[in-house]
Amino acid sequence: MAALSNSTISDAKGTTDSGAVAPVRRRPLAPLESVNLTTRWALGLAFFVLFFAVWSFFTLGGYVSPTFLASPITMAEEGWMLFAKYNFLYDIGMTVWRVFGGFFLAAVIAVPLGIAMGAHKGVEAFLEPFVSFCRYLPASAFIPLLILWAGLGELQKLLVIFIGSVFQITLMVAVTVGSARRDLVEAAYTLGADSSGIVKRVLIPGAAPGIAETLRLVLGWAWTYVIVAELIGSSSGIGHMITDSQALLNTGQIIFGIIIIGLIGLVSDFAFKALNRRLFVWSAL
Amino acid sequence: MSQLAIQNVSRIFHGARGQQTQALLPIDFDVHENDFVTILGPSGCGKSTLLRIVAGLDYPTTGRVLLDGQPVEGPGADRGMVFQSYTLFPWLTVEQNIRFGLRERGMPKPEQQERCNFFIAKVGLRGFENHFPKQLSGGMQQRTAIARALANDPKILLLDEPFGALDNQTRVLMQELLLGIWESAQKTVLFVTHDIDEAIFMANRVAVFSARPGRIKTELAVDFPHPRHYTIKTSPEFMELKARLTEEIRAESMAAADH
Repeated sequence: MAALSNSTISDAKGTTDSGAVAPVRRRPLAPLESVNLTTRWALGLAFFVLFFAVWSFFTLGGYVSPTFLASPITMAEEGWMLFAKYNFLYDIGMTVWRVFGGFFLAAVIAVPLGIAMGAHKGVEAFLEPFVSFCRYLPASAFIPLLILWAGLGELQKLLVIFIGSVFQITLMVAVTVGSARRDLVEAAYTLGADSSGIVKRVLIPGAAPGIAETLRLVLGWAWTYVIVAELIGSSSGIGHMITDSQALLNTGQIIFGIIIIGLIGLVSDFAFKALNRRLFVWSAL
Repeated sequence: MSQLAIQNVSRIFHGARGQQTQALLPIDFDVHENDFVTILGPSGCGKSTLLRIVAGLDYPTTGRVLLDGQPVEGPGADRGMVFQSYTLFPWLTVEQNIRFGLRERGMPKPEQQERCNFFIAKVGLRGFENHFPKQLSGGMQQRTAIARALANDPKILLLDEPFGALDNQTRVLMQELLLGIWESAQKTVLFVTHDIDEAIFMANRVAVFSARPGRIKTELAVDFPHPRHYTIKTSPEFMELKARLTEEIRAESMAAADH
């Protein structure tokens, strides 16, 4: 029997750093030197402050004509007007629904397809050249065709997002799944896994954090497609509001619309990141 | 009777530009039930290739491998394997890793749990059931890998330099752990290593590989009684065996360096 005292070697790596005091950083400006959390937030916030300061200086100081660029104050007022008088919340809701609707459709088709391509080289050889080709077709160039096919309704908007996202997700998922660690696959085979076990219980769980990261990235791109889709032939949405404001030379509303898009994008990105961290605790260890 | 029969197995690798590399010359080799055999050889001699062929992860150019009279045609749960690299599934906990093979074959949950607990205790990982592999030291990861392979109750356990990446002290403890498990629960073991001490300490039989193209150059019986204590490593008999194997390996390593 093993006459070995296990206590001597069963020290987990994680237990050694308890009670350790963080060393003082002496070279905060050296390359790759880390920054602490408070400084990080302060620096991030500082740039926003700087940005608004420069903007205010040029607009409120009278260096730029209000016709071309509204001041932050005008923008805030126009923003309030949008909500109070023009039911801007409805536009925001429409845009969000289009982004998530189109993105969801794309993900539902692209993720399984990408997994099939990554796992089976035959499927990859069959689809990869075509999908790679489609990836370079600009989604916005499809808008005239889509209007012809699907009219000016919601379906057309969703399809723009769909076309813009589906090929990107497919290829990125295929690469993530295809780059699975071969030694893990071999280990699973020696443990008695069959082909479907390898795909379901090795390739997919191993690729899951990468797939989630891909979705987060492409969701960001979907936001740029939705505005383009709404600039043409639309009667609602943030993009539609921006085109209307352009006709009235209302730069305050345009800028407010852009900022709202940025904020929603930021929030959804944060939410996505937080969800990924929760779902894939193991990959961040 | 021999449980594992390696018959006329050779392997030629084909390079990208049509050149051929003979990794293994035709090999005939038998392993008996409950035997502990180590394959000792310089790096790059093809010993891992032979083990991978037995595991079904690689295919021989000529010959065949029989396990209990049945030809090996691919990887399977009857040949458990422990790799040199850390191959625990990083998304599964220690316990889930050990249960992986049991789950694949559809064993009922309570039974899985029972077997898992047994082997966790056996490799001394109680208290770490819910840790992820990345939270463990290298030695603990390899102990989990051994438990994972054993939990499947394979007919033969294949180990490909499993302790090669560990520091010397941990490696010695792991050798004792594995030998202890083998002594308490008999199992056929084929263990590949380039470490002479390791090869002698654990084995009943050492097969020495030649430099590439690999073939089995010498076979040596190791007759120390079981259970073995680590102190035998300093006994004169051990030293004598070690000196002999050192000479054998040295000649092969030099041959390999000349290529």
